[in-house]
Parts: sequence; structure tokens; C-alpha cells
Amino acid sequence: MADPVLQIEDLGVRFHLKRGRLTAVERVSLTVNRSETFGLVGESGSGKTVTARAVMRLVPIPPGEIFQGRILFDGENVLDKSEAEMRELRGRKIAMVFQEPMSALNPVFTVGSQISDALRTNLGMSKKEAKERVIELLNLVGIPSPESRYGNYVHEFSGGMRQRVMLAMALSCNPSFLIADEPTTALDVTIQATILELIESMTERFHMSLIFITHNLGVVAHTCDTIGVMYASHLVELGTKNEIFANPLHPYTQGLLNSIPRLDTQAKFLTPIKGLVCNMLEPPQGCKFNPRCEHAMDICSQEVPPLKEVAAGHFVACHLHP
Amino acid sequence: MSDYFLEVKNLTKHFPLNNDLISRLGGKTRTLKAVDDISFFIKPGETLGLVGESGCGKSTTARLITRLIEPSSGSIYLKDDDLLSFLPERMLDVRKTVQLVFQDPYSSLNPRKTIMQILSRPLEVHNLAKGWTAKRRHVLHLLRLVGLGVEHADRYPHEFSGGQRQRIAIARALAVSPQLIIGDEPVSALDVSIQAQILNLFRELQEEFNLTYLFIAHDLSVIRHISDRVAVMYVGKIVETGTVDTIFENPKHPYTHALLMAVPHADPLKPPPRLTLQGELATPVDPPPGCRLYGRCPIATDVCGEVSPELVDRGGEHYVACHNI
Repeated sequence: MADPVLQIEDLGVRFHLKRGRLTAVERVSLTVNRSETFGLVGESGSGKTVTARAVMRLVPIPPGEIFQGRILFDGENVLDKSEAEMRELRGRKIAMVFQEPMSALNPVFTVGSQISDALRTNLGMSKKEAKERVIELLNLVGIPSPESRYGNYVHEFSGGMRQRVMLAMALSCNPSFLIADEPTTALDVTIQATILELIESMTERFHMSLIFITHNLGVVAHTCDTIGVMYASHLVELGTKNEIFANPLHPYTQGLLNSIPRLDTQAKFLTPIKGLVCNMLEPPQGCKFNPRCEHAMDICSQEVPPLKEVAAGHFVACHLHP
Repeated sequence: MSDYFLEVKNLTKHFPLNNDLISRLGGKTRTLKAVDDISFFIKPGETLGLVGESGCGKSTTARLITRLIEPSSGSIYLKDDDLLSFLPERMLDVRKTVQLVFQDPYSSLNPRKTIMQILSRPLEVHNLAKGWTAKRRHVLHLLRLVGLGVEHADRYPHEFSGGQRQRIAIARALAVSPQLIIGDEPVSALDVSIQAQILNLFRELQEEFNLTYLFIAHDLSVIRHISDRVAVMYVGKIVETGTVDTIFENPKHPYTHALLMAVPHADPLKPPPRLTLQGELATPVDPPPGCRLYGRCPIATDVCGEVSPELVDRGGEHYVACHNI
């Protein structure tokens, strides 16, 4: 049964920069159910990361501003919480894994002490308890000889192992919700395969909900139940994994799927999306995709299409599907 | 006449580590074997895809072929010429034939120069156009070739997106009318929709100018798309090479096999990615004798730990370096 944990309603985030006002997220609504894996896909600058960071209230304000919408986590609006209440939530309820573990972890403290810090602050464990728990966690995420690795620094770990450390840290306070922001993008394919498997087994084992942010459609095809596609600050399509891959409706989703070179056959030329991603400081009127769209009509450059349900659980924001 | 446009034989590059006096006296020097005795060839007009994970020696290979760094041993033949015997003046000529396109178009273009200046530099170095008018005409022609316009000539690199910058880098490589272009991960920094445009551009240019490519990438779907033949590298060694169909449909080496199993298909109906090897990437620093995959390989036997396998011809231009197949 649908049991929504996270409901984002009509979210809008913008940044006031010297160069002008940049709207990074606009009218984004989505729901993540308990134990569901939600894949948020899009190219660089499409607003995936900002959406996720808004949930954790990690968007820097100023220059950022959440100008509209609500983010309900377990029924409570995250945006109304005080900073102290947020600290209760972060780590313990919602945890995050970042793309670049080298910059997310502190280079001058040992890995073990960083994770045990989190445990002692958040859960009030004693030093000894925390250490035992950290070793248990490192073991859980598949780091060999965790006792001796406890005292190592980040630079002594390989890329894949660093991502395992990040995951151990995220899992340390038993969160019910995990946000993974491009966790495998910096990794080689063989390492990526093991990290994906690990994230999958962890979310299953601890019944966590997961938002998985990536630009790689191959990765979401195997890890996610539901997929949301973002383009230039808007959520343009939303549906189950099988719907999105078998029956993509938005021209951008179709274009994205056609752009990927295939592994099973060799085509001479690919069918890319024409043109370039719009400048987010001066976005086009109407649908943000209209200057690149093969099917653009007059209305596309005038009105932003709303996200509408076209089949059960399949939403698309396009004037072709009114 | 050689049948090959480029032939590399037993190419090796070792970097000494801890090479200071004290370490040397103490016998504690170590060697990083970035590229260790590799051989391959590229036929005229074809694309050889070089694929492997980070640190396996792909980029070092590219730099060795262009002699941006000098190899420790081995030989490189461009048609019939032994590149390594050339003095610097003759290498300048070679660079008119062989050009490089780098991965990161944000660092490969000088931010203080206009596109006009960037693209006319190779023309000046090689004396290909004299006078502003001739250079201008040449530069505008280059911009058109890569899908940019006249209006772009007097802008600076920061005014362009990643995909457009990569077009400029390709235009710069084309300026000297080269025959071989080495692309060192030229599309890995780009978003998928832009990546597809640049891959198409590489194809179009190849057909128009009959170019030969050495295309380096870590993304197997890109390699499958662009290559005629593929060489798979693992920690300084080439473990398998063959036509693109052989490598992707009938891989023999356990590493190639593992690499292919680990790629996530953008199709939920295909099996999920998984790793068939144990542990993590081996290190190229003082590697033990024997196969580099020993210790991770599911089909390893005792001999694998002792003797490094040679590439063996299995017919149809398919070469595999493995004791157990």
C-alpha cells in the first residue's frame, strides 16, 4: 500500500546571484513511499541536487531562497522546522551520501573518529560503544579488516572504499530515509557495480526509502522503482521504471534514451537532442524544452505545461499530452 | 609499406618512485609500471577503442604515442617510420599528422585567448597560413566544420558550454589536417545529450577526411558505438583485443567479461550489473610476476601467479592474454 514518507509539493528554489536570479527548482511535486526507491534523473544543472538538498534544508540561504511549496516528511513540513529540529532530523531520520567522498569527509580526522563523532553526538553513545558500533558498520558495508581501518585517514582509502565509508556514516544512526547524490558517478564500472549492489542490499535490509540522484539512465534502470526526469528546473516526467523505459512520453525523456549509445547493437549515428541546454539565468518562456523540441507548437513557448497524470501512475508535463 | 597506420611494439613506460638518494642506497626504490610491454596496431581509416578503468595506462599510452613523454622501451611506427628515432624538428612534422583531443575542455583551452587566437596558433606553428585574412578564412572554415558559426570566432572559452568547447578542441586538432586523431576521453565530461552530438561529429569528420582514430574511453557503450576494433587494458597490460563485435559478443578474457557484466544497461529488462571479480583493482606499483588479474580472477590456476600471459592470436584479429582459455 502507498504509504508516503516524503511529499514534495510545488517546490520552488531560486538563487539570487550577482549575475541575476536563477531559478533552480520550479513547481516540483513528487512523493516517495516507505521502502520505495525513487530515481531522480537529469543532466547537469537540471535541479536534481538542489531538490534533494532542499529536503535536508542544506540549500544555503542566502543566496538561496525556497520561494514556494512544502516538503512534508512524515507529515511535517520540513520548511517550518527550526535549525535545532532539523539537526534532530538530519542523520537520524534522513541521511545523505554525496558524490565526492573526498570532499565530504574530513581529511584531518580518522575515518573511525568521524563516524563515532556522529554516533556520540546524535545518539549519546559512550566512546567505547561508539567505536564498537563503527567497527560493526564498517564490517557491514564490506570494508575488510575494519578494526585496523578504523584509524585510517580518508586518503588511505580507494574511491570505492571511500564511498563505503560514506555509506557507513549515513547508516550510522539508523535513518529511515536515504538520499544518494550521484554516489557512483566518480567510480569505475566494476566498483560501481559493487556499490550499487551494496546500496540496494542496505535499503532492503533496513527498509529504507531512497532517493537516488544520477545522470546515468543505466543505473536507475536497475536500482529504482519509480523514476522522475528533470529538465531545466522542472520535473517533466514521472512514472514507474518500466513505464518510463518502455513508454517514455516526454520528448526530452525520449531524446535522452535515444542519445545513449547501446551496448547490444552498433548504430552508425546516434539521435541526439538538438541544441544546447538553456541558460538558466534567461530561461525560455513556456516549456523550458521548447527550443530543442521536435514537436514544439505555438503554445509551448507561451505556457508552462503542468505535470498531468496520463495513465495510472504515469505523469508528464507536455502540451502534447493535455 | 606497412599495412598499419600506427604500430606499437612492446611499448613500456615505468615511472620510478622514491627515487631519492637515500631510498636508492637503502634499496627501497619502487617502480610504477604504467604501461608494461603493450603491442597493438591501427589500420588506416579505422577506429581503435582503448578501454579500461582509471589508472590502467590508457592516457599514458596516448602521451607516449605523441611523445609528450618518452617511453622506457619499445617502439612506435607511424606507417614505416620509427617515431622514437626522430629528432625534435621531425617530431614537429609528425604532430601535423597526429593530433590529440583531451578530456576536459575547461582546462585544455587557454581562458585568456579568443577562439580565433586559439585556432590560429597551430596554423602559425606549422606555417600553414600567412597573414590575418588567410588565418581568419581558415579559422572560420574550421568552426563551420565542427558545427559552430562565424559569430563564435571572437569570443572567449568561458562563453561556451562544455559541448561547444569540445567542438573547439576538435577544431584545433583539425587545423593542421591530421590523419590520426587521438581522443583521450573526449566525451566523458559531457552530458548524455551533448555526448551524442560530439560522437556523431567524430563520425562525420572521420567519413569526410578519412581520419584514423585512437579513441580512449572508460565508458563501454561509447567504445561499442565508435570503435571498429577494441583493445582492453588492465593495470598496464592489454588483456584482449579484437573487432568490436568479437569483444562485445564473444569476450574471452575474464576481465573483459567482468567489465561487460558490470555495465548497467539502460533497459530494466536486461540483467542488473554485477561484479564477477573479487576485490579491487590491482596496483601498478611493483606488480608481482604473473597475470595482473591473479587474485581476482575466477578461473586462475597456479601458473597465472608465476608467468605473465602473452597475447595469443586466436584468429580473426582476436588476441587474448590468458593461460586458461
